[in-house]
Amino acid sequence: MTYEELMDFDAVMAVYEPVVGLEVHVELNTASKMFCGCSTAFGAAPNSQTCPICLGLPGSLPVINATAVESAVRIGLALNCSIAERCRMARKNYFYPDMTKNFQTSQSDEPLCFNGSVVIELADGESFTIAIERAHMEEDTGKALHVGGATGRIQGAEYSLMDYNRSSVGLIEIVTKPIRGAGERAGEVARAYVTYLRDMIRALGVSDVRMEQGSLRCDVNLSLMPKGSTTLGTRTETKNVNSLRSIEKAVLHEICRQGAILTSGKTVKQETRHWHEDGTYTSPGRSKEHAEDYRYFPEPDLVPVVCPPSWVDELRATIPQAPSLRRAALQAAWGYSPLEMRDVVAAEALDLIEATVAAGCAPQSARKWWMSQLLRQANAREVSLDELPISPQAVAELQNLVDKGILNDNLARTVIEAVLAGEGMPGEIVQARQLGVVNDQATLDEAVAQAIEANPEIADKIRAGKVQAAGALVGAVMKDLGGKADAGVVRELILAKLA
Amino acid sequence: MNELTQTSARGLAQMIRDGEVSCEEVTQAHLDRIAEVDGDIHAFLFVDGERALASARRVDAKRAAGEPTHELAGVPVALKDAYVYQGTPTTCGSRMLENWYSPYDAAVVERLQGADMIILGKTNLDEFALGSSTETSAFGPTHNPWDLARVPGGSGGGSAAALAGFEAALAIGSDTGGSIRQPAALTGTVGVKPTYGGVSRWGLVATASSLDQPGPCARNALDAALLHQVMGGYDRRDSTSIKAPMPDVVGAARRQDVSGMKIGIVKQFGGEGFAPGVEQRFHEAIELLAQAGAEIEEVSCPSFDLALAAYYLIMPAEVSSNLARFDGMRYGLQAGDDGTRSADQVMRASRRAGFGDEAKRRIILGTYALSAGYYDAYYGSAQKVRTLIIEDFTKAFASVDVLLSPSTPTTAFKIGERVEDPMAMYKADLCTIPVNLAGNAAASFPAGLSPEDGLPVGVQVMAPALADDRLYQVGAVLEAVLEQRWGGPIWAPLTKEDQR
Repeated sequence: MTYEELMDFDAVMAVYEPVVGLEVHVELNTASKMFCGCSTAFGAAPNSQTCPICLGLPGSLPVINATAVESAVRIGLALNCSIAERCRMARKNYFYPDMTKNFQTSQSDEPLCFNGSVVIELADGESFTIAIERAHMEEDTGKALHVGGATGRIQGAEYSLMDYNRSSVGLIEIVTKPIRGAGERAGEVARAYVTYLRDMIRALGVSDVRMEQGSLRCDVNLSLMPKGSTTLGTRTETKNVNSLRSIEKAVLHEICRQGAILTSGKTVKQETRHWHEDGTYTSPGRSKEHAEDYRYFPEPDLVPVVCPPSWVDELRATIPQAPSLRRAALQAAWGYSPLEMRDVVAAEALDLIEATVAAGCAPQSARKWWMSQLLRQANAREVSLDELPISPQAVAELQNLVDKGILNDNLARTVIEAVLAGEGMPGEIVQARQLGVVNDQATLDEAVAQAIEANPEIADKIRAGKVQAAGALVGAVMKDLGGKADAGVVRELILAKLA
Repeated sequence: MNELTQTSARGLAQMIRDGEVSCEEVTQAHLDRIAEVDGDIHAFLFVDGERALASARRVDAKRAAGEPTHELAGVPVALKDAYVYQGTPTTCGSRMLENWYSPYDAAVVERLQGADMIILGKTNLDEFALGSSTETSAFGPTHNPWDLARVPGGSGGGSAAALAGFEAALAIGSDTGGSIRQPAALTGTVGVKPTYGGVSRWGLVATASSLDQPGPCARNALDAALLHQVMGGYDRRDSTSIKAPMPDVVGAARRQDVSGMKIGIVKQFGGEGFAPGVEQRFHEAIELLAQAGAEIEEVSCPSFDLALAAYYLIMPAEVSSNLARFDGMRYGLQAGDDGTRSADQVMRASRRAGFGDEAKRRIILGTYALSAGYYDAYYGSAQKVRTLIIEDFTKAFASVDVLLSPSTPTTAFKIGERVEDPMAMYKADLCTIPVNLAGNAAASFPAGLSPEDGLPVGVQVMAPALADDRLYQVGAVLEAVLEQRWGGPIWAPLTKEDQR
């Protein structure tokens, strides 16, 4: 780790204006790869999903995946981009062992989608327009696993293992124009934009957009310019920013780092930097002072991609509503107050609650679990809600057990802890730990009788009409039964006995 | 020497069909011939006699069982070693791939097998088809059966020499700038570059993707047409493959008729740099075609003068990218991995050791032509020239049916003569290159022997895209009238003793 001097954020903001650029890679969920018929399923044995084409064997030729083109056009339309009627793929030439051909089939000066814009909403409801430069098609590379050495990076590794299952999987790269004017909210804006992309692309159904699996990847470009200036400063590109939370942190971190450099009279180096999820710091990658020459030229093995306007119009009709419209519809359906909805959106719990409701849970109950105990857990663990090891199905199952009277709220909270600890689904945990509420009348009667006998004075008070004293007896019964009883039922029993 | 090896492909197929001879006997005759002469000619890099004979016996069994067989069933064919064929090494004439075996077959191989043809082995070529003499092959040059001291042309010199030396009845080539036609001219055989997209490139190791085209090689026009028909047609695995009906090449070769056909003579190809003997035979060919009823006119294609320069930017640019995958990381030669070097260092060492000088020259040239700051001046300008050449062809074909030129400026040159002079070597493809840049069809047919040196001269016929049939129409007529004039086919000497 290199020592980095950081300047106080507010002090930087007093003098500089941050300019952010975001490059987002979205891995398409087409059944087959971009240029061959191999499966794109995640998690298969290394190199089991390869063929002569994605291995770049001599003599093999690519054929473009028509579904991937359609997915790319739909993303472009959702970003309000113009769609090129005719565009070519291009070869991006550079040597790296994760590329089987030592060129990446991508697009250069003829992107499929260009000149778009989206309106995003921040947590407090303020909206911000992001201009989209382009969205183009390209293929993914293989994956290297560097073995030996401390960092897991190629430097210092003893050897590297290559997995080409990901080689040639279709990617869409979405590039913003420089985002200015966000000021101290630059980090929030960056995060909200990528969140918007994620939600929008998920709604399109063209990608799994899971940052933890790499199907949504973000590079953050950032530069500072003195307030009032119109000349862009030198930018850095921070790679490997793998969660929404990190995007915001990476922007803020880079603002403070560059602020310190500029304030001390030095100049920012144009370079690629690596984001470290654990320590929230960045370290320099390869310097871009001598920009790599990729020698782009039109891919001669592929014919131009042609998108007739009539076809594009047909696709336009299939684009789902923007996330803000979707949010309004869900709020109405669930009966949440504006404040409740705002909190849900801010906590990025919308999809989780939607899935929980879809699994049979009442909307208010779903909100209660996700926004209280689970949100506290996520905050404590410094992860996002969807990174918690609990599924919407599990939450719905839990609420179902409560609704059936098998669990009370206290027991349910215990079950959640057990789910998070990896003990299984709620039903399994209730069985394994015998956590269910005691419903056996004889056991309940006996426990109530014992409590009355042990507390004759309280019993007398109740007999005398002081009904509120029953709480103490309920507590005694619950204690006796290890909390595994329905307090309401116990209270009824006590009152009936002492009536 | 067995006369089976001198029989045409069509004749052999007929004899096998009629039961006059077994496919196994035909195959054995060719294997014997290879054993007899290939030590001198070195047309083949790899011969698998056992496999060829096993295939032959399968064809014989099929015929004996009365199952239908293809028109060329049982004909032995030689495959340029730029095509992948499971069970044989695919070297591309390079140390880089010396021991590489492909796990899949080329489309052309599938077609040959589907037609019950017998693949004898893999023929020699310039390294990655980069050359015009087979001298850049890492495994030594091929010798011209007309004169063993001379080159058979290139890159497909092995396939052409195998035909001229009667080691195979048919052969497969690939043509990027003349690699089928120039060797055909230098060995007195027939070589056809089909319309770009007419034959699938799947499994042809790429030299320059936008120029490469697989094609047939034969000793006569009809044999070439029959092979063309087997090879050609749409293949979804090659995005540049054309979805259109195959022109009737066999019908055209059988028709042997040029009456009323308009033949344009390209003004730019002649004069300085062209051997007088080549020009003499070329003009005789024009004369003979005119006598057969063709109308002759001169046509000017001024952009053809720029073709060689444009080609030597576009071709190396694509080569530099296509050959990038050979880095010693996954397959092929790996050099310098002693456990201390990085992947990057091993890549460099492997490429340094694996590629020959000509491959390196073109990689460097192409890398330069695509570099930022030079792209527009070099690659960009060359693409503009390409457009101009297409326009010249379009204009020419508005007034004539085919164009005619010598196939090459000279006859076969001596081995070693041009190795140190790349420009002289590159000029061997002067007449053949425009067609690759424009993507239309062309072929080289024998035009007799040069009176200067007694070596074969070729005449090139060029046709519009998807009019490949016209090549055979002209070629078959020329072949017939020349045979009359020369008293039979003009063949290379059968033994070393008969050579000049």
